[in-house]
Amino acid sequence: MNSDKITKIVLFSVSFIILIIAGGMVFSLVGGAIPSFKTFGLGFITSSQWDPTDGRENYGALPFIAGTLITSFAALIISFPLSFATSLFLGEYYRNTRVAKILGTMVDLLAGIPSIVYGLWGFYILRPFLIGLGFENQGFGVFTASIVLAIMIIPYATSLSNEIISMVPNDLKEAAYSLGSTRYEVIRYVTVPAARSGIFAGYILAFGRALGETMAVTMLIGNANRIPDSLFSTGNTMASVIANQFGEADGLKLSSLIAIGLLLFVITGIVNGIGKMIIKKMN
Amino acid sequence: MNTNILQVKDPILSIENLSVAYDKNVAVKDVSVGIKKNNVTAIMGPSGCGKSTLLRALNRLHELYENIHTTGTVTLNGEDIFKMSPIKLRRKTGMVFQRPNPFPTMSIYDNVIAGYKLNGISQKKQERDEIVERSLRDVALWDEVKDSLTKKGTFLSGGQQQRLCIARALAFNPEIILLDEPTSALDPVATSKIEDLLITLKETYTIIMVTHNMSQAARISDYSLFMYLGELVEYGKTKNMFTNPQDRRTEEYLTGKFG
Amino acid sequence: MKVVSEIDNINSRIRKDRVFLGLVVLFSVITVSPIILIISKLIEKGYKQLSFGFLIEKTPDTMQAMAAIANNELIPGGIVNGILGTVLMVVLASVFAIPVGIITGVYLYENQEKWMANLTRSISDILQGVPSIVLGLISYLWVVKHVTNGFSAMAGSFALGIMMLPMIVRSTEETLKMIPQTLKEAGLALGIPYWRVLFGILIPTGFSGLMTGILLAVSRVIGETAPLMLTALGSSVINTNIAKPTSAIPLLIWEFYNDPNMVDMIWSSSLLLMIIVLAFNLTAKQVAANRK
Ligand SMILES: Nc1ncnc2c1ncn2[C@@H]1O[C@H](COP(=O)(O)OP(=O)(O)O)[C@@H](O)[C@H]1O
Ligand SMILES: [Mg+2]
Repeated sequence: MNSDKITKIVLFSVSFIILIIAGGMVFSLVGGAIPSFKTFGLGFITSSQWDPTDGRENYGALPFIAGTLITSFAALIISFPLSFATSLFLGEYYRNTRVAKILGTMVDLLAGIPSIVYGLWGFYILRPFLIGLGFENQGFGVFTASIVLAIMIIPYATSLSNEIISMVPNDLKEAAYSLGSTRYEVIRYVTVPAARSGIFAGYILAFGRALGETMAVTMLIGNANRIPDSLFSTGNTMASVIANQFGEADGLKLSSLIAIGLLLFVITGIVNGIGKMIIKKMN
Repeated sequence: MNTNILQVKDPILSIENLSVAYDKNVAVKDVSVGIKKNNVTAIMGPSGCGKSTLLRALNRLHELYENIHTTGTVTLNGEDIFKMSPIKLRRKTGMVFQRPNPFPTMSIYDNVIAGYKLNGISQKKQERDEIVERSLRDVALWDEVKDSLTKKGTFLSGGQQQRLCIARALAFNPEIILLDEPTSALDPVATSKIEDLLITLKETYTIIMVTHNMSQAARISDYSLFMYLGELVEYGKTKNMFTNPQDRRTEEYLTGKFG
Repeated sequence: MKVVSEIDNINSRIRKDRVFLGLVVLFSVITVSPIILIISKLIEKGYKQLSFGFLIEKTPDTMQAMAAIANNELIPGGIVNGILGTVLMVVLASVFAIPVGIITGVYLYENQEKWMANLTRSISDILQGVPSIVLGLISYLWVVKHVTNGFSAMAGSFALGIMMLPMIVRSTEETLKMIPQTLKEAGLALGIPYWRVLFGILIPTGFSGLMTGILLAVSRVIGETAPLMLTALGSSVINTNIAKPTSAIPLLIWEFYNDPNMVDMIWSSSLLLMIIVLAFNLTAKQVAANRK
């Protein structure tokens, strides 16, 4: 056999590893979740019970699903004006300038801060500040978690929209200027509409990020196993319930936590898939 | 005074000592020229001689870029364009680009009316309809698109798109239309349609067009500027320039020695 | 035309334009302010404890910490067990993820549009979006339960490794795509076997690109806490046995956070973690910048 053929075979087989991992992942998550799904059926998703007492164990994931979606969505809304402004700063107003380079690096660094450090900052700095504003629950809750989550996803939302905004052809913008528009009007009626699917995709991907964030949320949301009834109430998310309760888990409880992991995997997969599809369509 | 440069009486647009530099690279050098109203003036010259740079100075597009420096004066109907707001200036001057560039997110209708929308001017629907129909008729596009006004402008053919862009520039009733090689991306049939159109438009508008196609300049322009290496070499009636060029460089260009 | 001059008001539009720019600048500054707030807080509260001893001593127990606080002293000891655990697990993860990631990236580059490559690329993208806690779960189910029969450094590094893998795959493919095709063809035209062209020409040419991807991937996993809680668990001693529970800097931060006596240690540990992460991050940027 010649060496080219061997090389090809090696390339092919090694790249199979990633497929095996992904396939095995689905297999193990489903396998691990089966006892829980068998016991609770659809009730696992629709029930708000989370009772680990021996003999009358009962697990429902609704509060965590709701908590995850609510915090992530709130984070998205809070981050929107910030990251939208930043992507206009980087991709339009100060494109290719030194100040944009510095700001862009700082935004990238935001993505580098570990989740647990965000959590500490939220716990020791943001939370007391919110208590000072009259927040209940010691400043814990959906709102606090969402603010920190919003900061954490800004780099993800910004990087794609900044890139797409900076790619809007110059002659389109010039055509708008030559009709007498101000820069604001060019941005509003020409640049942003031309870049909107990219901007939208960026926010979808950022939302996907938010869904899976664990440590910072765990430290701030209050870890109450209930459906948040307001933006300021405490709650819990899928990722943080896994982190919190995993240590003491076995049997049906472990299976239920794995089932939550599976749901999280599926939800983030769908959200990211939608984002990727929009990006693909753009090209 | 350079005798190869025609002196125009009562020009609508008067350019004096205009220079434009990209950083330190001077692309238009000390150009002085008067443009005659209701005529087609062609700007000719080899590629890179500064034609587009000159044209884009006239509606102050250069100000969008920090590295471009413009000096000199330009007056439109006696008013210094550098002293008026660029918004006002740009509404008095329509611009058409080399590559057709209808706004991709807007319908044909919205593209025509874009000048109003972008300027935040609201009108009654009936007024808008009239403007759209008049502008599209002016560019002889109405019959071709009147049933698909809500479609995106980008679905049209290249020639149609360019006519749509001219309609977009006309909708606002500018005094001057600036065109930068408007037919260089089009096929011969579409090109001749646009040429015919420009000849009819000069009754209402003053037209300044960059072209590096000599026969096009000969066919449709009344006056011609010939530029070389950023300088204005010769300016006069197109007929005279083609039959009897004054400058050796003009002659060499027109006889195909370079460019 | 009457429409043009009467109806609109240029001044108010220009004002709007300015206000909008002002808002964009203001919001952009707000966006990056957390990075300054966070880092300055870490420095302010953590620098006192950062000493050489902090880097080479083990974590104190709660009693020692209590005594120190009672005497109004700095808590003694350091986080060397965490530092070494982090190094051990990141190195192990890299040993797995770097070769597999690069080879998979090469495979994708070589087979651009074949369906197998498209599938692999999509799977890799999906994997990149999987929350790290889920990767921790997987490593628990596979490694903790079936390989090391208990929490272990190996399980921790496996979770970190599958996190790094898709990032390296992607950066490898992107880097190779930017290398001119002619370079490869020139090599092949000389009759050089393909694997030599690969390792002798393509990978060296794209070295800084691959390096950027690797450094970014490492900087991303160094701070990971959640998957390690499910896999490496943590340890108060220095552990070099990859089959045993092992500490890591982020795990120690989590422990200090949960122990009222040790809370003072979180700032110095976080500061150190932040310095390491930023060092990798900025080096990656520098390597990428030098390439251009
Ligand atoms: N955006 C720019 N930045 C720097 N130099 C430019 C730019 N645009 C044009 N130039 C330079 O200015 C000169 C004139 O260009 P241009 O006006 O586009 O020529 P023409 O339209 O006659 O082909 C050329 O030398 C060109 O390289
Ligand atoms: Mg040109």
